[in-house]
Amino acid sequence: MTFNESRFGGAVLIRPAGRIDLSNAEAFKEALLAALASATTAVVVDLGAIDYISSAGLRSMVIALRSAKSASKGFAVSGLTPMVLEIFTISRFNLVFSIHASARDALAAVSPDALIAFDAS
Amino acid sequence: MKITFWGTRGSLPAPLSGRSVRRKLVNALVKGANRGLDTPEKAEAFCDEAMSFAEWSTFGGNTSCVQVDTGGTDYLICDLGSGAREFSLSALGKHGPAAPQTYHVLVSHVHWDHIMGFPFFVPAFIPGNHIRIYSCHPKFEEAIRGQSHAPCFPVEFSALPASIEFITLETGVPYEIAGATVTGMAQLHGGESFGYRIEHDGKTAVYTTDAEYKPDDYGLMDRTAAFFRGADLVIFDAMYSLAESISVKEDWGHSSNIMGVELCQMAGARQLCLFHHEPVNDDQRIQDILAETLRFEEITRSGDKLEICAAYDGLVLEL
Ligand SMILES: [Zn+2]
Ligand SMILES: [Zn+2]
Repeated sequence: MTFNESRFGGAVLIRPAGRIDLSNAEAFKEALLAALASATTAVVVDLGAIDYISSAGLRSMVIALRSAKSASKGFAVSGLTPMVLEIFTISRFNLVFSIHASARDALAAVSPDALIAFDAS
Repeated sequence: MKITFWGTRGSLPAPLSGRSVRRKLVNALVKGANRGLDTPEKAEAFCDEAMSFAEWSTFGGNTSCVQVDTGGTDYLICDLGSGAREFSLSALGKHGPAAPQTYHVLVSHVHWDHIMGFPFFVPAFIPGNHIRIYSCHPKFEEAIRGQSHAPCFPVEFSALPASIEFITLETGVPYEIAGATVTGMAQLHGGESFGYRIEHDGKTAVYTTDAEYKPDDYGLMDRTAAFFRGADLVIFDAMYSLAESISVKEDWGHSSNIMGVELCQMAGARQLCLFHHEPVNDDQRIQDILAETLRFEEITRSGDKLEICAAYDGLVLEL
């Protein structure tokens, strides 16, 4: 799994790539928490390059979501491939996370500044 | 090894309501309209061919009781939920009250839904029967004796004419019980709970209910996969969705269908049986959860296919 991070206004967009499972869920969690710490308004996790996420990876996202809520920061998810969307639906995480079709939509939902910065980039 | 499910609900019995029966009836009448279903045989064939399980049947509403038949003369069951009454009536129906039997019972823990059937366990009321109750739980004898006691029940435990023994088991130690080898494992659950691995003649069933498995507790995941290793059947607490069990209902002591699939895949188990159904879920809902679980297994499969079923009262599985 690799991470690609970019900043739009006060928001951080993080794009992991590959599989998220027991072997790297801890690193995924640390990357999400680090992104949250550096973001002033919100984190968007774009899963467009993720082809599989296991329960351990979803758990990492739950921990990040809780951390975002307690810090009053936004947390949104975007770009789910059809298979990852199926995993979210079967596990009912579609009811837990704010899910958007594209990173742009997710940034727009979490912060107007982030959208302006994204469109200007 | 033959497994018979006598009670499959979690938490409390969930009888099918009159409204649900009517909904099934209306659905069947509409579906079968103008099909010339004028004999029981034609109607039976229509149920088999054109209706789903949730439409023509029900998953049932009794709480945990699962019979493990290893081919011997003694009986072996897991838990004494309300399904234990049905089990005991069936056993008595087979032998009649005059032929004493030996019943071995493995108790996962003492939450009420797992012991509530004992006061109605008919063999306990018949002299000559032997009932041997085993558990790794430290308070199982106290709890089972305690519920057959005034003011909660009119027949005192001490007045039961059958011979009843309580045998405490240690986790991780194999015991010979009713011709099978039984090993217990501690599980995460409020007030303690224990799973049992039951082996006989090259076949293995694991009974693991009222157990929470945390995906980021790597030690627990590994220990559990080792406990399930190569099992022919894993009877698994799938009461919640994964999202519930690792977020809003974290530490409520139950697991999900997804965790069942992942653990069985890690362990190389052959079949997963979704068990301890949430009592608010109706038949259609449980059937939908089963379909989703089958799909999840399909999209995550890397080795052999994992068979998956949803337990219902009356289900029989041959291993
Ligand atoms: Zn229970
Ligand atoms: Zn319990």
